[in-house]
Amino acid sequence: MSFLEIEDLKVHYPIRGGFFNTVVDHVYALDGINMSIERGKTYGLVGESGSGKSTTGKAIMGLEKITDGRIIYEGKDVSKQIRGKNSTYNRDVQMIFQDATSSLNPKKRVRDIIAEPIRNFERLTEGEEKKRILELLDIVGMPEDAMYKYPHEFSGGQKQRLGVARAVACRPKLIVADEPVSALDLSVQAQVLNFMKDIQEEYGLSYLFISHDLGVVKHMCDHISIMYRGRLVESGTREDIYKDPQHIYTKRLIAAIPEIDTENREVHKANRRRVEEEYRQNEKQYYDENGKVYDLKSLTDTHKVALKNIEVGGN
Amino acid sequence: MENENQLLDINHLHTGFRIKDDFYDAVDDVSISLEKNEILAIVGESGCGKSTLATTIMGLHDPNKTKVAGEVIYQDLNLVDLNEELYNKIRGNDIGMIFQDPLSALNPLMRIQDQIAESLIFHTKLSKEKRYERVLELLEQVGIPNPPRVAKQYPHELSGGMRQRVMIAIALSCKPPIIIADEPTTALDVTIQAQILDLLKELQEENGTGIILITHDLGVVAEMADRVAVMYAGQVVEEAEVGELFNNPKHPYTRSLLNSIPQMDSENDELHVIDGVVPSLVKLPRKGCRFAARIPWIAAEEHEENPVMHEVAPNHFVRCTCYKNFHFEEGGE
Repeated sequence: MSFLEIEDLKVHYPIRGGFFNTVVDHVYALDGINMSIERGKTYGLVGESGSGKSTTGKAIMGLEKITDGRIIYEGKDVSKQIRGKNSTYNRDVQMIFQDATSSLNPKKRVRDIIAEPIRNFERLTEGEEKKRILELLDIVGMPEDAMYKYPHEFSGGQKQRLGVARAVACRPKLIVADEPVSALDLSVQAQVLNFMKDIQEEYGLSYLFISHDLGVVKHMCDHISIMYRGRLVESGTREDIYKDPQHIYTKRLIAAIPEIDTENREVHKANRRRVEEEYRQNEKQYYDENGKVYDLKSLTDTHKVALKNIEVGGN
Repeated sequence: MENENQLLDINHLHTGFRIKDDFYDAVDDVSISLEKNEILAIVGESGCGKSTLATTIMGLHDPNKTKVAGEVIYQDLNLVDLNEELYNKIRGNDIGMIFQDPLSALNPLMRIQDQIAESLIFHTKLSKEKRYERVLELLEQVGIPNPPRVAKQYPHELSGGMRQRVMIAIALSCKPPIIIADEPTTALDVTIQAQILDLLKELQEENGTGIILITHDLGVVAEMADRVAVMYAGQVVEEAEVGELFNNPKHPYTRSLLNSIPQMDSENDELHVIDGVVPSLVKLPRKGCRFAARIPWIAAEEHEENPVMHEVAPNHFVRCTCYKNFHFEEGGE
């Protein structure tokens, strides 16, 4: 059962201009997103820069004012911005940021950084709090003495692990991870991803994994949504998306990933060219007259795609 | 040179940075060469010295803070010994460079046409009209739509992919035989990345340019490169043809790195993690195998005292002997 429902979420930014600085138009950063999130699953949100994936994450976190639509958490509408410290939603939905360095306060010790959500939402004695912090550090594979250090004393991967520790401090149900590993080196990235998976198993939490790296998303996610211009283009299980992509945009994105297969690189390149060509020729069919993505239609139980007629792409 | 196809020959290059009163080599005894019509990829994690190698070839280091030793031979000239005046004739004209972040590499106050024309003014005697023609031709060549309009724009008006194309146009402006591309697509989306890489490859095939492609993305390497040098802690640890490297990697570092990629077809497996971190410049072990600390389960006898490159197959070189009996920690690959 899904515990979080996102219904027709919209975030529009006004563009002001003209003589009286009136609102002349809107940027449709998010234009009608529907998602439902179940326990213990990982949801991938993929798209190119500017497609609105980070905005989705922020809107769910309550960091972005929602223009329209609803976020329903355990049956309650939480989209109105009146959540206080005692709101369970704020406690149960946490975030991991892309840039670990700038998301950790340089003047605070690791202990205080990790304790911040605990102090906000729970009443623990100093001893209990310390015990919890040690547990958390242990989970992300950091030594005990890390507690008394400052963020600058850690490497990039370690900082990101501290970010993970802070996010899980209050045992949340959902973690929004906005490009958590895109600034990290390959081997460090592997480490952080492994920790994220371990933690998921231990606490049974869900991730909304925002990334542009389709390789990482495939490794991490059960369910993947592809975004384009503030709307979902295609959504489905990992197999649906990778084995049977329907929308031309998804096909193009998948074809563009460099593959480690040196023998067949010409084949791969030819395939990419072909998809790119198809994209250029048939682009109009896949979007309506205003260049807007169509509404998602169900293809199978899990697989949804935004096509005018389902038959168009179903070759 | 014995090989007339050779464009650039780097021998025992050292680049040391001054930290307090000592110099620490960030590039330590690197010997590689680049041939005509070849893409040589240099891979490694951050801090392994790949960008330092690039900036050393371009002579971009402050002589007061760095010490460069060794040879970078280009057309019988050792670039390391060149003075600034001579170097300026080489830069742009003979070696072009594409930087990672085009927004900070482009001058925000100059129009695109003036930025591209800059090296044309310096290196050629073209008239103003001819120069403008060449600028438009270059913009056309790198696939920018409507060149006359873009030529008059400023960098902030262009998208990331377009800016990177402008960078490539600048690097190409004097038709240099060598281009150094330092992470040219790291900041770009995958679809744009594919376009830029295709463009680089096309231009390379057209002009027979030799490209040194610096990247940390092994996927890009597999798609683009002819030959690959893997760097770790300032040294080249493995060098091979691209197919050989991916199908038959030898050095423990290369194998670990390949194992830690989230693979498209293997799912739900734990990713391989390399123990420890890349040592910082000051703490770098100057003796013995530099990767030894990160594979502690391999006995010390397996490593060489002074690791050298061994030719394990034709044109496949590996540093140190530890590759022979290397195995992954639990249960192997």
